[in-house]
Amino acid sequence: MTAVQEQGTPMGYGSMRRKEDARFVRGKGLYIDDVRLRGMLHGAVLRSPYAHARILSVDVTAAEAHPKVRAVITGETLLDRGMAWMPTLSGDQQAVLATDKVRFQGQEVAFVVADDRYAARDALELIDVEYEPLPAVMDARRALDDGAPLIRDDLAGRQPGPAGNHVFDWDAGDAARTEEIFARADVTIAEDLLYPRVHPAPLETCGAVADFDTISGKLTMWSTSQAPHAHRLLYSLAAGIPEHKIRVISPDIGGGFGNKVPIYPGYLCAVIGSIICGRPVKWVEDRSENLMSTSFARDYHMHGEIAATRDGKILAVRVHVLADHGAFNGAAQPTKFPAGFFGVFTGSYDLEAAYCHVTGVYTNKAPGGVAYSCSFRITEAVYLVERMVDMLAFELDADPAELRMKNLLRPDQFPYTCATGWVYDSGDYARTLQLALDKAGYAELRREQAASRERGELMGIGISFFTEAVGAGPRKHMDILGLGMADGCELRVHPTGSAVLRISVQTQGQGHETTFAQIVAEELGISPDDIDVVHGDTDQTPFGLGTYGSRSTPVSGAAAAVVARRVREKARIVAAAMLEVSADDLDWEKGRWFVRGDPDHGRTIAEIALAAHSDLDLPEGAEGHLDASCVYNPPNLTYPCGAYICVVDVDPGTGKVSVRRFVAVDDCGVRINPMIVEGQIHGGLADGVGMALMEVIAFDAGGNCLGGSFMDYLLPTAEECPSWELGETVTPSPHHPIGAKGVGESATVGSPPAVVNAVMDALRPFGVRHADMPLTPAQVWCAIQGRPLRTDLAIT
Amino acid sequence: MEITMTVNGAEYTRDVEPRMLLIHFLRDELELTGSHWGCDTSNCGACVIWLDGAPLKSCTALAAMAGGRDIRTVEGLERDGELDVVQQGFIACHGLQCGFCTPGMMMTARWLLDRIPDPADAEIREAISGQICRCTGYENIVRSVRWAAAHSRGAAGPDGSGAHEVTV
Repeated sequence: MTAVQEQGTPMGYGSMRRKEDARFVRGKGLYIDDVRLRGMLHGAVLRSPYAHARILSVDVTAAEAHPKVRAVITGETLLDRGMAWMPTLSGDQQAVLATDKVRFQGQEVAFVVADDRYAARDALELIDVEYEPLPAVMDARRALDDGAPLIRDDLAGRQPGPAGNHVFDWDAGDAARTEEIFARADVTIAEDLLYPRVHPAPLETCGAVADFDTISGKLTMWSTSQAPHAHRLLYSLAAGIPEHKIRVISPDIGGGFGNKVPIYPGYLCAVIGSIICGRPVKWVEDRSENLMSTSFARDYHMHGEIAATRDGKILAVRVHVLADHGAFNGAAQPTKFPAGFFGVFTGSYDLEAAYCHVTGVYTNKAPGGVAYSCSFRITEAVYLVERMVDMLAFELDADPAELRMKNLLRPDQFPYTCATGWVYDSGDYARTLQLALDKAGYAELRREQAASRERGELMGIGISFFTEAVGAGPRKHMDILGLGMADGCELRVHPTGSAVLRISVQTQGQGHETTFAQIVAEELGISPDDIDVVHGDTDQTPFGLGTYGSRSTPVSGAAAAVVARRVREKARIVAAAMLEVSADDLDWEKGRWFVRGDPDHGRTIAEIALAAHSDLDLPEGAEGHLDASCVYNPPNLTYPCGAYICVVDVDPGTGKVSVRRFVAVDDCGVRINPMIVEGQIHGGLADGVGMALMEVIAFDAGGNCLGGSFMDYLLPTAEECPSWELGETVTPSPHHPIGAKGVGESATVGSPPAVVNAVMDALRPFGVRHADMPLTPAQVWCAIQGRPLRTDLAIT
Repeated sequence: MEITMTVNGAEYTRDVEPRMLLIHFLRDELELTGSHWGCDTSNCGACVIWLDGAPLKSCTALAAMAGGRDIRTVEGLERDGELDVVQQGFIACHGLQCGFCTPGMMMTARWLLDRIPDPADAEIREAISGQICRCTGYENIVRSVRWAAAHSRGAAGPDGSGAHEVTV
């Protein structure tokens, strides 16, 4: 077990201001739509109005005749070039432009390249597509019915396993042992829970500028990419361009949250447009295109069960999931984990057994599933277990804080192998929960609630405790498209002692230019201001899998520390030569090697850097210069945790929920820049309020997307968010070089159940045990009436 | 059609289509890309600029409607090489992450402080409630505006130095 500090000691430079802010506050960021190349044309995508329809004909004559149109590309154009389909991150295929059928509303049908963005849009209106509408599968629970419309006839004869709309079956844990425990448990509870389809909706939509050089055959692909190196491979596979002839540049990204992990048909259309026209082509989707066609998140229909003793010892958890993957399996997760890391649904408790079974299905909806800061579906897992624990408290009439405290893992149990095989690295859960209870004034809140109930008011207090598993991941277990999830890193110290660090991960607002410089600064004693962090360009950075799943700090952050330590060791050899002593006789203090026992006799890193580039005689084997590279293969994931407490007030007249307070105590190990860490947590907490109370992408029976704009897909504003109250415990990761754990998604993962638990707690006087998110006024009102709604379908 | 407008103190004349949106005029014609486009429905506020001194969602106005008017954008916040105190506040209090909503947020914040020099939290939240930030959960935006209010009489250095000592 590792030591726990209540107040963490951050890395040396702590809450330093961000280096990237100087350009952003001046409006000088370079986002994708700011990229403007000489001769650049503009693309627009024609999309299907139907969820499921056969394409009978596509007539582009009128569009091609438009004076400003340079090219009109259809599925037929792509078939001729062998580019009609592209690989997805789950090894499925997705139509770039539809050739046979459209399979979801908003699917890409044709692409126009024109002189300006208005003309491109105009020309879309001139394309005449004849469709034969087909019955659509809009209810995931009907996807495997006999006689359900077959969505993926393109897979005929190629699909392993059961045919029809089946994608995969996957399970984890011990079914028999779990059943045995359920059979003898005092108390068992079962409930259907929907984690609705939501969307990461970064404020900047997705886009690209493709610039194909017809002479060299090299494609420079500017794009909103969280994973530039993985994208290079995908472009190579989809477009048949050799990898060394592709340069992916990811400029400033206006938020990602997983939305910018896959590649999208629009990107490839821009590539093809550039190849055909011989000029750069920009394509930037609009908001409706973003919400209707790019990677959604969740859509998990869960049947959860929990077993316990009468006195509240949790024994087992079991869950059967129906996972709606949409029309193509475009979920982005490590290959061996088709349900992502949902297997961590064992949560933060010492269970005797657990079992989950997940069935993935195709529906006539947009593809995706793994996005929105979900840590590869740990959002769904945490929501499941934290709702089930609250329902257990409901049934036992127990206090949900006490029930959790009684069942949390103890510090002496780490490293802890959970019932589904995940090895939790460290934590002091009870201490984290207690700190949250103290910060919230939990006992006083309960007293206030009792008094307010007397007055007929609906005040609710909700708790969640989450364990995350982030930093994918160990190469032997984790890959995407066969690419192991290790990250490269390169560090070069210049002769004058400043440095350049090249990383493979891609910031979308997390502040990598600052935090990665801080890591190296701490290891080498160079000021972070003197360290330039290069990222977002496959020609300039080492290979790595990108930023998602909170993996930047656990994997690339570790790589930065390791590479800096390698440089430090090289510096030691050089310093020894300079000082004419043995390297073994040198000691390190931040920024300087000195002769042991003689602190005045030493050389700074800047002096060493200059000497390393000079004619200094170096010992045999030392090459000169001061640089190093590494590939970091994490030995395990990191397991941050946190205790969240939400206080809500529900208007009994309207069902409107107001979040009054939100206390969040996070343990993400050692914090590099606490200011940035807290900012990440703030953002995730707002996500949780949004998902719990207002966000959903639902569909009507005709296949129409009901969340296709910000008029319909509601996001929280400053008015819906309380002033967040944060706290921290620090349990360093025992295997990470600086003890850090990922944190980017913790709050998005941990907060939704706290909000829902609070609302359910408020509705306790009505005997309401569960209602699905989002808890809109209508949903809360219906729950009070004893008839909660199915939120994934239109209200009929 | 030919339109002329003043943007950040300079006069510009361009020949544009009558349907051109003001946000596209600023970004594509004048190459002032600090103002962003984030939705089609006037919900997100990434495009907020000032029209004759008042915040406006520039995705919801035609460029032609701004003919003869006075526009101020994020590029016009910095004066004589010195960041506006609102810009300093956003740096000091980590009021931005990806930076995409930031120009619009700062334009609204500057307008608020011009009218209410010492706003309450609720007034700040109301002022920015027509704008969306997906990164910050708004907490540090509110703090940034408070910081700017507290430093409006020149307490901070030009780059926002001294910010961390100030509790806001």
